[in-house]
Amino acid sequence: METGAGTWSLDESDYHKITEHLNGLLVESNARCALLVDRTGQLLANVGDQLSFDPTAFASLTAADFSANDQLAKMIGEPEFASLFHQGEKESMYLADVARKVILVVLFDQRTTVGMVRLRVKQTVTDLTQVFEEMFSRSRGQEGDAQAGGLLAGADDEIDQLFAD
Amino acid sequence: MSMINYASREINCKLVYYGPGLGGKTTNLEHVYGKVNPDARGKMVSLATETERTLFFDFLPVDLGTIRGFKTRFHLYTVPGQVYYNASRKLILKGVDGVVFVADSQVERMEANIEAMQNLYDNMAEYGYDLTKIPFVVQYNKRDLPNASPVSDLEEQLNPGWPVEDAERQQATPDPYVEGRMLIEHVDGTWIERAPYFESVAITGDGVFETLRAVAKSVLKTLS
Repeated sequence: METGAGTWSLDESDYHKITEHLNGLLVESNARCALLVDRTGQLLANVGDQLSFDPTAFASLTAADFSANDQLAKMIGEPEFASLFHQGEKESMYLADVARKVILVVLFDQRTTVGMVRLRVKQTVTDLTQVFEEMFSRSRGQEGDAQAGGLLAGADDEIDQLFAD
Repeated sequence: MSMINYASREINCKLVYYGPGLGGKTTNLEHVYGKVNPDARGKMVSLATETERTLFFDFLPVDLGTIRGFKTRFHLYTVPGQVYYNASRKLILKGVDGVVFVADSQVERMEANIEAMQNLYDNMAEYGYDLTKIPFVVQYNKRDLPNASPVSDLEEQLNPGWPVEDAERQQATPDPYVEGRMLIEHVDGTWIERAPYFESVAITGDGVFETLRAVAKSVLKTLS
């Protein structure tokens, strides 16, 4: 049995690769912005237009939205819904699963169409899946928490100090 | 699942407040929201019914300081207390790094506490998580009420301890938060471990930050 959810890390070169793919997606699809959120609701990256809302809250709701829809899928006998589309009057969003670990969210308006977004997202999901699979196999290679241990190893005193009254 | 983001220099961790309905989980978050410097917290999101019962979750991100140049960001979630929302309760536990069980101290809520605790163990197990191996803290809330059960009764029912099988951990460990109490001890030939507990009155804020600090610290220690 796993003891808990484990740890993983995102380094700057991963981040760079991810934003490159997201920027490419925006150019090709003419969407407004793209966000990447992990399944626990943490925002990993966002590119495109400046966001007019709180991205942290948005990320937690995105993960909840996806989780709830996963359960709905199971109820109707589907293993999952790999993508979701929410249509608004002016603004719409398209969400797609990446490697069962993260969610790609694309916000777009009338300058493009859902068909175009869906088409371009497909390629980006393939590209990002590769990035994440490499990232996760690397963390597994380092035996789970080694990366985190590298950062906080020996930080016990600092942690005690942080929480001292 | 804690996530270390080297690009934004943040350590992100997820904490979940679990417990029976109307026990004070949302009140814990509201107190934190009210007391933390606005620069150190985000927006509080509540997915609640019209009568303010939590439907899906409440969410509050807070920064608890910096370690080794990394901001420690904790995402606090509550689950709906009512059992018929179990599907959404379970979803919130996905990727959890630390759990606070908020018990309602009132005598007549003992059954509800026990049921919620059992439900927490079951839901964690469904994800393959072992509650006895992750940061876990119990909060006995509503200590100010005249019908509050003695802490010893609550402990007996909700936090009786679990056997410690790992030989390395079989050593007497005092509870840093409650004088004279042991977190790990040898009882009748078996090593037993219990979760730390805190007494609270969430509505006035008593014990709220003590609980949060304890679980957050324990989560960071698992990374060190």
